[in-house]
Amino acid sequence: MEIEDIAKNKKILIDGVPYNVTDAEFVKPGKGRAIYRLKLRNLLDGSTLDRTYHSGDKVEEAHITTLEGQYLYKENEHYIFMNTETFEQFQVAEAVIGDKKYFLKEGAIITMTMFGDKPIDVSLPITVDLAVVKSAITTKTDTITAQMKAVVLETGYTVDVPTFVREGDIIRIDTRTGNYVERVSTKK
Amino acid sequence: MIEDERQWLIHLKPNLERRELIYRLTRDFFRQEGFLEVETPIRVPGVAPELHILPFHSEDWFLSTSPELHMKRLLAAGYERVFQISRCFRKGERGKLHNPEFTMLEWYRVGTDYRQMMRDTERLVMKIAGGLKLGPTIEYRGQKINLTPPWTEITVRDAYLKFAGWDPTAEHDPLRFDLDLVNKVIPSFAPDHPTVLRDYPAPMASLSRLKPGNPKVAERAEVFIGGLELANAYSELNDAKEQEQRFKGEIEQIEREQGWRPAMPHHFIRSVAHLPECGGIALGMDRLVMLFCNASSIDEVSAFTTDTV
Repeated sequence: MEIEDIAKNKKILIDGVPYNVTDAEFVKPGKGRAIYRLKLRNLLDGSTLDRTYHSGDKVEEAHITTLEGQYLYKENEHYIFMNTETFEQFQVAEAVIGDKKYFLKEGAIITMTMFGDKPIDVSLPITVDLAVVKSAITTKTDTITAQMKAVVLETGYTVDVPTFVREGDIIRIDTRTGNYVERVSTKK
Repeated sequence: MIEDERQWLIHLKPNLERRELIYRLTRDFFRQEGFLEVETPIRVPGVAPELHILPFHSEDWFLSTSPELHMKRLLAAGYERVFQISRCFRKGERGKLHNPEFTMLEWYRVGTDYRQMMRDTERLVMKIAGGLKLGPTIEYRGQKINLTPPWTEITVRDAYLKFAGWDPTAEHDPLRFDLDLVNKVIPSFAPDHPTVLRDYPAPMASLSRLKPGNPKVAERAEVFIGGLELANAYSELNDAKEQEQRFKGEIEQIEREQGWRPAMPHHFIRSVAHLPECGGIALGMDRLVMLFCNASSIDEVSAFTTDTV
């Protein structure tokens, strides 16, 4: 594509590596050529890069696709997902999942971002329901947030919840903030 | 979205009111100086061929990129002082300082040159600062700027030698020139005072006269205030043959690099032979308003832009 067509959030390829355009600044001397200052984020490792282009330059568009996937299980350092349409399975490195691992439950349906046949990002549903596996941890913040306590969830995630939440309860977590939303069900 | 637009337009109102006042002060200034306000066509059969200014098509004609050619045809017919505030259109120009449709103030004065056009600009800017009751020192993007003339002047040669380490009047490298201008030269100008950059390399001013005694540079000057490129002045070229040659070169380069061939503006070329010695300048009104509204983006001084139209 021509550099003129660049815009924020377009994906481009530099030396075979996909980047997201996080900012595109257009500068142009009145009679001179158009200059584009790009801020880029490497979609494989998250690192950032600044590049300057000018009119006449071409950039290669990165073909980024998404698919619906289901999380099956974890095996060593890899998370195994299945394409819900083709049933094809693929591995995703733990580094790509990052802290999202705390909100991934076996069987969960997610959106997978693919660069060719390589998974580069996982988008979670906005909320996830998880079981409380350990409660009643004493915290030193008791005096500040007297009505809250910390619990551990089935994924190993620790979160502050109201004191009425008990071990075995299912609670809803906002995956964008990592915060407690509500109690979904309680153990009889 | 409607509610968002309503909020945004209410937020813009003080800037749009100030914009109107700036226009009024500008017109007052030129009336007092004995200028005639004119209007020339926005939809035109051809534009001045310039490699880096792309016109929009309008059926088989174009939208004007600048009123320059028509303004000069008036001068050639004997008009001595003319000004115009007009809409101009330049394809692909969109950023914090650009909208593809924008407002240009152009004025021309017979019997002057590019440096005297800068004196006009100093007085116009001071009149507006006074009319807005801002005094000679304004604040723009956290920086105090004293607008009092005379503005700092530096030649392109000196500025590039000092801030970029090379001399573009000795070595013709337009790409390096543009990159260094925005990355090195403009950022090095004193932030608290306007700067006039003058005497551009001869190949970079296709409508201006070469400097008598130094044909390597053209009598072209640009003023920068608060990092904004505000206005571009020429001692107007009034040699028809030379003008046609330069346009021919520009047309060929456009054809080579962009694959289309703009038409030679013959009407204009014929009038150049009758053009008296004169100076002319084009000033970006949107940027002038930005400066006096302390706005960092053209969006904050425009009711609607290409993205919200």
